[in-house]
Amino acid sequence: MNRHLLSIDDLEVADIQQIFATAAEMHDVQRREVKKLPALRGRTVINLFFEDSTRTRSSFEIAGKWLSADVINLSAKGSSASKGESLRDTVMTVTAMGVDGLVVRHGASGAAEQISRWIDIPVINAGDGTHEHPTQALLDGYTLTRKLGTLEGKHVVIVGDVTHSRVFRSNVKCLTKLGASVSVVAPPTLMPSGVADWSKAAGFATSYDLDAVLPEADAVMMLRVQRERMSGGFFPTAREYTIGYGLTRNRLATLKTGTPILHPGPMNRGLEISPDAADAADSLVLDQVSAGVAVRMSVLYHLLAGETDHTDGASA
Amino acid sequence: MPTHAPIPSGSIPAAGRVVLDADDINRALIRISHEILERNKGAEDLLLLGLHTRGVPLAQRIAAHIATVEGTTVATGSLDVTMYRDDLRSHPTRAPHRTEVPAGGIDGKTVVLVDDVLYSGRTIRAALDALSDLGRPAVVRLAVLVDRGHRELPIRADHVGKNLPTARSERVSLRLKEIDGEDGVRIA
Repeated sequence: MNRHLLSIDDLEVADIQQIFATAAEMHDVQRREVKKLPALRGRTVINLFFEDSTRTRSSFEIAGKWLSADVINLSAKGSSASKGESLRDTVMTVTAMGVDGLVVRHGASGAAEQISRWIDIPVINAGDGTHEHPTQALLDGYTLTRKLGTLEGKHVVIVGDVTHSRVFRSNVKCLTKLGASVSVVAPPTLMPSGVADWSKAAGFATSYDLDAVLPEADAVMMLRVQRERMSGGFFPTAREYTIGYGLTRNRLATLKTGTPILHPGPMNRGLEISPDAADAADSLVLDQVSAGVAVRMSVLYHLLAGETDHTDGASA
Repeated sequence: MPTHAPIPSGSIPAAGRVVLDADDINRALIRISHEILERNKGAEDLLLLGLHTRGVPLAQRIAAHIATVEGTTVATGSLDVTMYRDDLRSHPTRAPHRTEVPAGGIDGKTVVLVDDVLYSGRTIRAALDALSDLGRPAVVRLAVLVDRGHRELPIRADHVGKNLPTARSERVSLRLKEIDGEDGVRIA
C-alpha cells in the first residue's frame, strides 16, 4: 500500500480488499461496549479542513479516537489561514508540532497531493476540490460489497451532479477496480466536458436518460447537487432537475426489487432524492455513515500503525 | 506503508525433526480437556477462546473432547490480538482476523485462552488486554499445546500439552489438519 491515500489510483485491488477486511473487523468494534482499540496509542492525527464538513470530519475524528490516537481538528475558519497564511506555511507549522498523520480537505483539486510533497508523514485526502474523495469511495464500495456479496459484474448507476463531484471521480475508479460496470447519468450541463474520451478510457457508460437506465441497475448512487460550487445556469429550476434526474417515488417503483440506494450525504431531500427513496427499506444511507467510521479506522490503521517506512515517501 | 503484508493464515511448511505426531497431539489435547474440566469442576460457565490462527481449531478440538466426556457443549470463540500487539510498529500492518465471542459475552465466565505455542508471552499479554475490552471474566486460564520457554513477561500456562526445551535459534513449527492438512510439531 502507498504511504499516502490521495487518490483511488494509489490503491491496488489487493489493497482495497485488505482495507475492506480490516473494516469488517472495525465494524464489529462499533457494536461493543468498549469501542476502543489501542493500535494508534500515542499517535497524533490532525484533521486539517479548509472546507466545511460535518460528517467526514467527525467520521475521521471518531475513527482516530477509537484507535486511541489523539485527534485534533483544525478548520480554516478562525485559523491563521484566514489571516493570510499560505497553505505551505500552515501545513509546515502544524506538522512541526510533531503529528503522525494529516487528514486534509481543501477546495483546490490536488491540494492533498501538493501537501504530501512537502511533508514526510502520511497524508489522507478527505476531499480536494472536484478531484477525489477516496475514503468516500472506499466506504461506498465496502457498503455495496457487504450488501451485494461482490461487485463483480454488478451494474452501478451513478446519478446527478457529475461535473462537480469528487465522490463520483473516486467511485468510478474504485467500483471498476472491484469489477462493477458503471453507468453515469446526468443532465448535459452537469456532465463534465470531455466525458466521451474519459468514459472510453476508464470503462464506464454515460447517459442523459435516467428512466432508460434505472431498471437495469443493481445499485443506484445519487449524488448531491452541489449548489455551492455552481455559479448558476446548470439547470433552469430545481423542479425541472427533479423531474429529469431526481429519484422520485415513481422512479423508485421502476427499480428491481431490493436494489440498494446510496447517497454520500448531505441529502437535498426533494431535489435529487425523494423522502420515499431516502427512507426506503433498501436505502443504505445510514449504513454508509456507519461504514464510514469502520473504513476510516481501517485506512488510519494501515497507514499509521505499521512500521514507519521512509523509503517511498516523496519527502521534500 | 510498504507493500502488502503477507496474510499469515497460510500453511506452515513441514520442515525439521518431528517431536509430536498426530497421536501425541490428540493425547495431549485429551489430557488438557480433562484438566480443564477438573480445574473448573465441570463444564459450567466455561468459554474456550482460541487465539488466531492455530489456537482456534485447537479450542474447537478441546470443546469436542469435553463434549464426549461431559455430554455438554462448551461455548467456543476466537480472539484476534493484532491491534493489541506491542510490536505493531515493527511490522507492516495486516488485516486482523475475526474476533467471535458467543452472544452471552465473557462477563462472569471462566475463559480459557487456547494457543498453539507459548514463547515470549507477548501474544498472551495482548490477549489479556483484548479480553478486558470485551468484558470482565470471572477467571482467565491459559492452555497451550507446546511451551517452548524463553518467556519475556511474567506469564505461565495453566495447561500445557508438551514442554519443549528449545534454543532461541530453533524454529518450532506446529501444523494442524484444519489449516495445514496434517497434525505435527517439528523443530528445525
